[in-house]
Amino acid sequence: MWRLRKVYMDHGAGMPLDSRVFEAMKPYFMEYYGNPSSSYSSGNIAKEALAASREKVAQLVAAENSREIIFTSGGTESNNLAIKGVAYRNREKGNHIITTAVEHISVINICKFLQKQGFEVTYVPVDKQGVVDLEKVEAAIKDKTILISVMYANGEIGTIQPISEIGKLAQENSIIFHVDAVAAAGKVPINVKEENIGLLSISSNDMYGPKGVGALYIKKGTKTQPIIQGGGQETGLRSGTENVPGIVGMGKAAELAKKEMESEGKRLTGLRDKLITGVLDTIDYSFLNGHPTERLPNNANLRFSYIEGESLILGLDMHGIQVSSGSACTSKTLEPSHVLLAIGLAHEEAHGSLVFTMGKQNMEEDVDYVLEVLPDVVKRLRALSPLTPKEILR
Amino acid sequence: MYSEKVMDHFMKPRNVGEIPDADGVGTVGNPVCGDLMTMYIKVKDNKLVDIKFKTFGCGAAIATSSMTTELAMGKTIEEAMKITRANVAENLGGLPPIKMHCSNLAADALHEAIKDYQKKKEAKK
Repeated sequence: MWRLRKVYMDHGAGMPLDSRVFEAMKPYFMEYYGNPSSSYSSGNIAKEALAASREKVAQLVAAENSREIIFTSGGTESNNLAIKGVAYRNREKGNHIITTAVEHISVINICKFLQKQGFEVTYVPVDKQGVVDLEKVEAAIKDKTILISVMYANGEIGTIQPISEIGKLAQENSIIFHVDAVAAAGKVPINVKEENIGLLSISSNDMYGPKGVGALYIKKGTKTQPIIQGGGQETGLRSGTENVPGIVGMGKAAELAKKEMESEGKRLTGLRDKLITGVLDTIDYSFLNGHPTERLPNNANLRFSYIEGESLILGLDMHGIQVSSGSACTSKTLEPSHVLLAIGLAHEEAHGSLVFTMGKQNMEEDVDYVLEVLPDVVKRLRALSPLTPKEILR
Repeated sequence: MYSEKVMDHFMKPRNVGEIPDADGVGTVGNPVCGDLMTMYIKVKDNKLVDIKFKTFGCGAAIATSSMTTELAMGKTIEEAMKITRANVAENLGGLPPIKMHCSNLAADALHEAIKDYQKKKEAKK
């Protein structure tokens, strides 16, 4: 219809493949298609490719040994392996898990699943900016606590958690610490050793790698068990023939992310802050969700009173701008985002939120364009809304 | 996700606004659920001579509101009472299944406005 410019700002939902990653993957589809478990030469090529990728992913998170990296099918599987593996293996020791109210839906649903099997889960609340209260985590620890699972950063509101502090707490109490770093890996520096992390989930597509690949860092000596049984690949923790092209892609993506993180992080932070300031300055009754500074460099979650997120998405899409929302109307459940409710927003406030997640191809002109289009879209929808006070329409 | 007709009514909604001296007003939905709409009607000789709406909600909520006003305009009270959610969705070229019940409330708002008009008329007698 009216699309003038294409601005994609939903990198939290899906990222394009980096062309250098694509190039690295190409030979592993039709040329080096051997099975890494085979002993002949083409198998060895695949095996070596896996080892090289494992090393690159290990370097991204500062793991001591690349053998601590297990490749999976993505963030959700990594979270499943991490939480279920630890829970089942350590059941003799205890049945209590501590997590937070703002975790990714995969972590929340894994925990709910375990609750049905007799595990007890404490969902620690967060403050208005989405930060986990360390004292509440400490207060939740019991003799039977076997696992603490906290996300590195929230993909929706961008808030980065005090991971080092929680890691220290877990270590002092000899509790295994899992971190879902799907939204954070490749964007902010992670050091599993310094931050006392026992298990760390990462996803390839969240750093310009292919979809359908992920990894789980498992610190040497961590008591866990597989959730997929089979031929014993990935040191027995994840059976099934390895997705060699995907893993090669993830390795390349990890290498590039590590190399470019600092400069790209600075650039994105500049764009993010320009967008946030621009919106808050030009649109009345708009608010920032999440922490103002302790947030992912590419995330801006903004809330607009009196209007609903899905209609905002459609209105922006008509101008070629693609973003996401925390509104119920864009979900499968018709419930607004649990993250927005957990930071204390009322349902109607949660409905009016937009998530902008920027990426490599976003330029300053894209932010300018959003700042040019968004105020009019908001104004138009407010004029339609029975909730809008008359005085702000003028 | 939406039909062209839905997008057309979303981008260019018909009959938006309020009628200050409306003969009947009907509000349905709840902002907590993400949809709230108010219909205003003006009645002359048993016919709907003017209808306006205001809606807080998703694209489907806005488009169904707009379509309902179009379907009801000029109709008699009895005809307008027969407009159903299904009629509205059909005239929009269909709605995604999940939107059929949650955001397709405009016919109800219209019926509420007519009931309000009838109640006021009764009270005047």
